[in-house]
Amino acid sequence: MTERQTRVHISGLTKEFGEVTALNQIDLSLDENEFVSVVGRSGCGKSTLLSIIAGLEYPTEGTVLVDGEEVIGPGRDRGVVFQSATLLPWLTALGNVEFALRDEPMTKVARRDIAREYLNLVSLTGFEDAHPAQLSGGMQQRVALARSLSYNPSILLMDEPFGALDALTRREMQELLTQVWEKHKLTVMLVTHDIEEAVFTSDRVIVMTRRPGHIMADVPIELERPRHPSMIVSQKFREYYGELLGMIHNDVPAA
Amino acid sequence: MTQQTLGKSAEGVRRKSSTSAVAKRAKRRLGQRISRRYYLTIAVLVFAGLIVVWWASTTFGLVSSLFLPTPQDVVKAVGQQSSNGELWSDMGASVYRIGVGYLIATVMSIPLGTLMGSSARWEAAIEPLMDFIRYMPVVAFVPLTILWVGTDDSQKFLIIWMGTFFQQVLLVSDAVRQVPNPLINLGETLGLSRGQILIRIVLPSSMPRVWDALRISLGWAWTWLVVAELVAATSGMGYRITVAQRYFATDVIIGYVLILGVLGLLFDQVMRALGRRFFSYQKGRTS
Repeated sequence: MTERQTRVHISGLTKEFGEVTALNQIDLSLDENEFVSVVGRSGCGKSTLLSIIAGLEYPTEGTVLVDGEEVIGPGRDRGVVFQSATLLPWLTALGNVEFALRDEPMTKVARRDIAREYLNLVSLTGFEDAHPAQLSGGMQQRVALARSLSYNPSILLMDEPFGALDALTRREMQELLTQVWEKHKLTVMLVTHDIEEAVFTSDRVIVMTRRPGHIMADVPIELERPRHPSMIVSQKFREYYGELLGMIHNDVPAA
Repeated sequence: MTQQTLGKSAEGVRRKSSTSAVAKRAKRRLGQRISRRYYLTIAVLVFAGLIVVWWASTTFGLVSSLFLPTPQDVVKAVGQQSSNGELWSDMGASVYRIGVGYLIATVMSIPLGTLMGSSARWEAAIEPLMDFIRYMPVVAFVPLTILWVGTDDSQKFLIIWMGTFFQQVLLVSDAVRQVPNPLINLGETLGLSRGQILIRIVLPSSMPRVWDALRISLGWAWTWLVVAELVAATSGMGYRITVAQRYFATDVIIGYVLILGVLGLLFDQVMRALGRRFFSYQKGRTS
């Protein structure tokens, strides 16, 4: 394997909310085009970690470097997909993607073409003119994904993006996300409490402890690509699943 | 499509066969919906009922016609006012005053309310003051405004502005405060500046609620208009009412009061219809 560039480098990161320590001395690196999931119980600080990388919250101690530059606030080098789709209800699906490109130096036509292309990438061709209220939850989240990809951020941060969807739609979205990633390589950090989702989508799964959250394990997932839904019932997949579930359940550091 | 029609007809058959069961089951429940036609029927009946009571009590002499003229007399008085042109010039003067006063208030309250709703510093600077002024009785300012600007149209604008602006600012800031936080986070992660977030996200996002606030405050504007015109005016709906009072022309007074009600209702319906049109994107999948 060739040496890959580090995209995100987190060192000595601690976050306190008053008396409560949410994150405790986090060290973590994400390589270029790597798909990394962060799993843990609710309240373990995994979403806080993502918000700090996004620049929406500030660490009490430690630093986050993205492409070698310290994060001091939100920026377009990091795309964020939130748990709710956060679409602008007065704009169409196409308009919502174009919204992210508004200040890019390009013609209207070029902007429209890029937006169309990304809606196509998330299989929403034909829904360009629909308003968010007319789209299902899964479709809304796909528009949000297209919007975040459209401006080519260095890293895509996803905060339990499928948590609010029903089980079947969630499965569909995981497949779609994996397909998109395999076609359109980029660095992804996915925060989730769904272990199956983490194993299915990721190259590496980071397991966090209970609060104060720190990294308990860093498990490489050596399932072949492209991933296929049938892998979920394979023995190797179940082994990863069991291992990760066991760690979270027992909350003891892996050897 | 075919499935839908099939489903519908099947439902129809089922409905027919079990009418008696449905009738037994049909207890009224809180929050129950009724058809639009049924709704309109009830509303029209209430109006008609009141008119009948009015007609009967005046025609059979239960109430002196000096205090309450018959509906026929009121219609006649309004007809007369209409044919001699006074009604239309009065209405024109009043609508013009409302238009200007209300527009000034709105143009000022939207930016100020937006600032107040989105920045704690602006809120601290403005909100307590607005809250305080809001509770001062506007009516009490009428003599002062006459001293300040005289009795021409600008005094009417001022009273309408005073009556609506302070309420609007608070309603607008409240609408802005309800913009979901994730939308603001989105703007930040897209690299937008605070001003850009305000204009591209916060303002359009709060628009449906702001529009509602404007609609409600337009209703109050009518009240303040008439107050201003009753005290000092040489034209307008309120002015005609004071003139009519001098001649005990209660039929004109009642006619004008009813017309004011109809005008208010009409403006409200127009605002509602416009709102439905502007914000139709909020409607979900109907089928």
